[in-house]
Amino acid sequence: MAGSRGYVNRRLHSLLGVIPLGVFLFQHLTTNFFATRGPEAFNTAAHLIEGLPYRYVLEIFIIFLPLLFHGIYGVYIAFQSNFNVNRQGYFRNWMFVLQRITGILTLIFVAWHIWETRVAIGFGWEELNYQLMEDILTQPFFFWFYIVGILSVTFHFANGLWSFFVSWGITVTPRSQRIMTYVSLVVFLALAYIGVRTVIQFAYGV
Amino acid sequence: MSEEKNITLIVTRQDDPESEPYKETFSVPYRQNMNVISALMEIRRNPVNADGEATTPIFWEMGCLEEVCGACSMVINGEPRQSCTALVDQLEQPIKLEPMTTFPVVRDLAVDRARMFDSLKKVKAWVPIDGTYDLGPGPRVAETKRQWAYELSKCMTCGVCLEACPNVNSKSDFIGPAALSQVRLFNSHPTGEMHKSERLQSIMDEEGIMGCGNAQNCVEVCPKGIPLTTSLAALYRDTALESFKSFFGSDR
Ligand code: HEM
Ligand code: SF4
Ligand code: FES
Repeated sequence: MAGSRGYVNRRLHSLLGVIPLGVFLFQHLTTNFFATRGPEAFNTAAHLIEGLPYRYVLEIFIIFLPLLFHGIYGVYIAFQSNFNVNRQGYFRNWMFVLQRITGILTLIFVAWHIWETRVAIGFGWEELNYQLMEDILTQPFFFWFYIVGILSVTFHFANGLWSFFVSWGITVTPRSQRIMTYVSLVVFLALAYIGVRTVIQFAYGV
Repeated sequence: MSEEKNITLIVTRQDDPESEPYKETFSVPYRQNMNVISALMEIRRNPVNADGEATTPIFWEMGCLEEVCGACSMVINGEPRQSCTALVDQLEQPIKLEPMTTFPVVRDLAVDRARMFDSLKKVKAWVPIDGTYDLGPGPRVAETKRQWAYELSKCMTCGVCLEACPNVNSKSDFIGPAALSQVRLFNSHPTGEMHKSERLQSIMDEEGIMGCGNAQNCVEVCPKGIPLTTSLAALYRDTALESFKSFFGSDR
């Protein structure tokens, strides 16, 4: 037997966090970054993605099902932990807590974000274009909501990449794990920059 | 230097597994090079609390008195550690003694670490030999391997790593890092390796390796300096390979 159901679920949860969710996150932030070249560039890029063939299949299997599984199972995992950074204030223990907090924040942010964009577009309440995001992000509340959301998602993914490398037995020695900490920090800073820069473009037009 | 000095201890006590815990303060005469156990022995000799009232002697466990048996673990000034190597001179006063919280309290400072021994059974932390005939000497161990395996063999099931782990608690069934590290130890043994697959299968669930969340407190607190997180990552790798082998098939 290849392990119990709990085993397979955990392995799946870990894998889905990077493939496809992490890959999609990278793609998504990159496409949106076209906004910094102006509304036309953004609209062209967004419509290219929107017009991909068998788009619903891609959305269901690359985004929605993995997100649902990883998100729901992630909440279950997060609530099984007792946080004890007050007694054990080590760096990795803080990352462990932040991984769970940002996971929950991600769930809230992503649920709202999908509702307000993909669902609204799907029902024909909105149209996918630069204007849609500009309207959202020029509201101060949503500007900050998106900033916090993007920082949470990018942190969660970058730190998750660190634990992914441990969970699959790639980084075993303390030295490789330490170097991976720096790599994950760079990943976080890079992705956070891409995301935040895009939000500022929509909000302030610069 | 014959001046009388006293040390103060605040002990969290509990009369039996079901009753409510309470705190009791004690004042015992200081002696040079005292450890927490010698202070507890002093209270046992003269069971009177700081208010001068007669009380029951404090109950605790001990064995080796040299940090190799693990029986005397308790939470000392907020930190889980062995009371036999907790020197009074190095502790802040008053010294607060509490039982570890991860295990059921038997009485006062003694806890029941049965779950750790059950975990060792779960993961088959032994080398099976049937004993019906002489198997002869086993294969030799490479010196490089002996060196790191020896470090893993130092575990004394003291429970400190379980106490520090955020994922070992009443909401989860995670057995904790100590028993898992023993899987790596017995799998590294040339004869034990013959049952490698069985041991790996025994930890491929949420009680086992998948219960770990990589908070890495265990490696920070282990009094024996066991590289627990290296063991855990090695097991993550071995179980991943094991699942490929058992699912897709391979000579095992
Ligand atoms: C939707 C809400 C989400 C929740 C509640 C959530 C929750 C969690 C939790 C609790 C963990 C820790 C698992 C562990 O250490 O055992 C985790 C790991 C991870 N998450 Fe999420 N997550 C969410 C969304 C995402 C998204 C959108 C991504 C990708 C962009 C992602 C990527 C990862 C990665 C890569 C890991 C590491 C996997 C591993 O340790 O092997 N998560 N998630
Ligand atoms: S691994 Fe270390 S902390 Fe954990 S039980 Fe063994 S000796 Fe104690
Ligand atoms: S009495 Fe054995 S470890 Fe303290």
